[in-house]
Amino acid sequence: MSFWRSPGFWLNFLLIFVGGALVLLIHQDTLRETAFTVLMYIALASSLNIIMGLTGYVNFGHIVFFGLGGYFGFFMLSQMGWPLYLSMLAGGCLSAAVALVIGAAVLRLRGAYFALATIGVNEAARAFVANFKPFGGATGLFVNFSVYDQYGGSASALWWIFTLLWIVATLTVVVGYLVKHSRFGLGLIAIREDEDAAMVMGVRAPLAKTIAFALSAFFPALVGTLYFFKNGNVEPEDAFRFQLSLEILVMVMLGGKGLVLGPILGAFAYERLRGYLLISPLFKNLHLALSGGILLVIVLFVPGGVVGWFRERFPRLRRLLE
Amino acid sequence: MFSHLSASLVDGLLIGFVYGIAAMGLSLIWGVMRVVNLAHGATMALGMFFIYYLFSGAGMNPYLALPLAALLAMAFGFIVYVVALHRVIQAGYLYTLLATFAVNMIIIGIGTTVFTTSPRNVDFSLGSVTLGGEILQGTRLVAAAASVTITGALYLFLYFTRTGKAIRAVSNNRAAAELMGISSARVLALSFGIGTMLAAVAGSLTATFFPFTILSGSTYQLKSFVICVLGGLGNPLGALLGGLILGALEGIVPVFMPVSWVPVVEFGLFVAVLVIRPSGLMGAK
Amino acid sequence: MKKIFSFMIALGLTLGLAGHADAAQKSILIGFTASQTGKLNVEATRQINGLNLWVEQVNKAGGIKMPDGSHVLVKTKYYDDESNKDRVQELYTRLISIDKADFLISPYSSGLADAAALIAQQYKRIMITTGASSDSIFKKGYTLVYMTYTPASRYLTGALNVLLKLDPAAKKIAIIHENDKFSTDVVSALKGYAEEKAMQVAMYEGYDAGTTDFAPFINKIPKGVDAVMGGGHFADTTTFARQLYEKQVATKMVALLVAPPEPKFAELGEACISVIGPSQWEPVAKYSPEAAKAENVEWYGPTVAEFLKLYADKYGKEEPSYHSAGGYAAGMILEKAIEASGSLETSAVQAAIDKEDMYTFYGRIKFNTTPNLHGLQDGHEMIYIQWQKGKDGKPEKVAVWPASAASAAPMLRMSR
Repeated sequence: MSFWRSPGFWLNFLLIFVGGALVLLIHQDTLRETAFTVLMYIALASSLNIIMGLTGYVNFGHIVFFGLGGYFGFFMLSQMGWPLYLSMLAGGCLSAAVALVIGAAVLRLRGAYFALATIGVNEAARAFVANFKPFGGATGLFVNFSVYDQYGGSASALWWIFTLLWIVATLTVVVGYLVKHSRFGLGLIAIREDEDAAMVMGVRAPLAKTIAFALSAFFPALVGTLYFFKNGNVEPEDAFRFQLSLEILVMVMLGGKGLVLGPILGAFAYERLRGYLLISPLFKNLHLALSGGILLVIVLFVPGGVVGWFRERFPRLRRLLE
Repeated sequence: MFSHLSASLVDGLLIGFVYGIAAMGLSLIWGVMRVVNLAHGATMALGMFFIYYLFSGAGMNPYLALPLAALLAMAFGFIVYVVALHRVIQAGYLYTLLATFAVNMIIIGIGTTVFTTSPRNVDFSLGSVTLGGEILQGTRLVAAAASVTITGALYLFLYFTRTGKAIRAVSNNRAAAELMGISSARVLALSFGIGTMLAAVAGSLTATFFPFTILSGSTYQLKSFVICVLGGLGNPLGALLGGLILGALEGIVPVFMPVSWVPVVEFGLFVAVLVIRPSGLMGAK
Repeated sequence: MKKIFSFMIALGLTLGLAGHADAAQKSILIGFTASQTGKLNVEATRQINGLNLWVEQVNKAGGIKMPDGSHVLVKTKYYDDESNKDRVQELYTRLISIDKADFLISPYSSGLADAAALIAQQYKRIMITTGASSDSIFKKGYTLVYMTYTPASRYLTGALNVLLKLDPAAKKIAIIHENDKFSTDVVSALKGYAEEKAMQVAMYEGYDAGTTDFAPFINKIPKGVDAVMGGGHFADTTTFARQLYEKQVATKMVALLVAPPEPKFAELGEACISVIGPSQWEPVAKYSPEAAKAENVEWYGPTVAEFLKLYADKYGKEEPSYHSAGGYAAGMILEKAIEASGSLETSAVQAAIDKEDMYTFYGRIKFNTTPNLHGLQDGHEMIYIQWQKGKDGKPEKVAVWPASAASAAPMLRMSR
């Protein structure tokens, strides 16, 4: 492995690592809140990219893993009294396990059928959790304010949560890079290009897809646990926001699917763009239509996304923009 | 128990007809174009609003407004095909999925701005009939009858007209049909138009008895997916049967468990059928 | 990023200049967010109208009167939260750390208020919640958050009292509710209360937000229930009431959440007749200084008639709703505590709010001060309204419970 010699790796790594470190250094509360949202989107988009960008399977229900894993993590934290980092990992493991089971069944479906199934999974998961008593049903779960005392009071807890998210986001990006440049990742890309041919060449497609699916499910759960802990509560409606699932998809497409840098820039650009549009009185209500417009333009004219377009335009940058 | 079951079943079946019409459009589009139309629900919602404005604005009878809605929807379908789909129709399902999905976001985004998300109601009643102790609303009976008529008309069109036969030919094998001199682009645009029309008609019919917002379409779209899978994706006439199955299911399940479990059962079944028999319970292949 | 900052600074400057009156004058800054866009915009606007009316009244009188004779002006600073939770937390952090707000008022709705309350407590600012009735906010160990509304757990229990008064033999009720936090809080308390009264809850089911077809639920209502209770928010509850009527469900009472007090509910026509609903406050409420005296509680602020007039003068014809009254009352809670403590320090004002017990045009206000439920509203009572046939045959909204606020007698549903 010689990823540490690749400029593409360092660009991705430094972007997110230094970005987060700067926020920690400046130590300003409002900036942290904004950066939290951006890092959250980056982690979600980058993890979606592992399945969607590499294998070409569209997952409309990526948010299920954020919701389900986050729910479980929050459950361990609030009901079982586990420490935050352990709960987070527990959520991640559950989420990956669920993905393994769902993936083993659903990933046998090709293409559009799979996409349809993921829509169903999101709805079923939300309906299930809303009826599931140990998770508090429709009311959800919450923590007592005093838990923040374990982290030196609420003010320092917020910084602590941010630091963890920063680590998770960095990890997601690094793992995304490593997967893409591994033998395993090449197998996934072969599946995207031609699944039958890939299988003939010896790629064990069902297994590879399922593992990629589980991997992409692990990180959203970590983000979910952190997000719900920051909010102090979790409810089905916050956990399974179909709209957010779609926005993540737009971010990946905007930046460039299949590229590690794509989702990072896509998430950042989308978040800032939305933030800007929201304070402009004209576009405030139109932001959904506008995201749709962006998506349509990308699908029709720039299928590689912004980063993909640059790669095509300036072949010399390819080693940097991965 | 029995009276509950029968009441529930009748209600479920009546609504199942309308579900069927909505799913029929989706199924036709899939069958002919291999496109999952994710803007289907949004189009349904547009149909609802169209009826609403003609009824409460111009005082038009909803059933008179229906053909008008159908025509406009067909034109709308053509436009969507030309703008959003034609360019990517050969590029694979990833792009067609995302393209229709983008159209969905645009419709809903603009719709939210124009109509807001507060619920609307077409305050139109045909009274009700009492049949063997069950109270049946007139509007629902008419909707069911309309659904059967439309299915019949679609059948006649697909099997007994030249254009209909062309559509079926493209559906069976696009390349072969082109070799036979059928312009596939025209057929694809027409199919998308008809599919969109069916969505709008289903929306219009629904609007006569349920309140709605611009977001309402998504629920029906999800149900349409389930129905298509039950009735066989790409088999438009099977969709009516699929609709009835889903309607019956929605009637029967609540007798035995809390109603809120219905979506869990529905989508569980949906995924199960997809996995076991992706061509659908009544699929051809 | 830069653009956003400069925009914010520009906004801050304009608002700052607008509030600039007298340099020597002491003032406080009250921060809040308002859902000017998004799904909650109508209710939130009414709430802000009420709050702004209070600000105007206080400043017109020269400011909040301190015990030492000085006056404190009230300034406000707010942002649009787009009815979105993520934005709420970001904006309240900004209100506290950049705008330096001294006190906070919550956004409208339990979900948003819950998100904001966490920030308030984290940064040690007092927050008065209004437009939020979920009990769970106050079970989290907060010490600086106070509630203006009657909590959800007491929304429908009064309706059961009405039923038992009209028909002491009533035994069986069906509960059908929206499957969300607020409605679930309401009905789980109702269920407990019904069982306490030895009644049978023959059906207890939740429906998804956005449900339009209630047939599966209505078909499931057991024969011979004395009351159907529940509902959720405006749209679904209205539909539910309509379909209950269309399906000719035979029961003695229908009591539903949120929708019935809204004037728009009358558009149901026949279907709304006899439906009962809880309201935080109604313009027909009969709270008065005399009644307060009888209970030996201090009266504070304008009378109901004065409030109605002030509101009409400022906002024109539209009658204030309970959202507006809640907004005004939230301001009064702060005002009274600052006056009483003579301080602007968080801890002193907190102690004063803890001790508050007053009657206002909005009803009684008193807070729970036990550590487990600190800040929960203990004093305020719901008013139950019912739609009855007026003289012209049109639906007319009357207050039927409690007796002290009633404008007409409650009645049972006619069997058809």
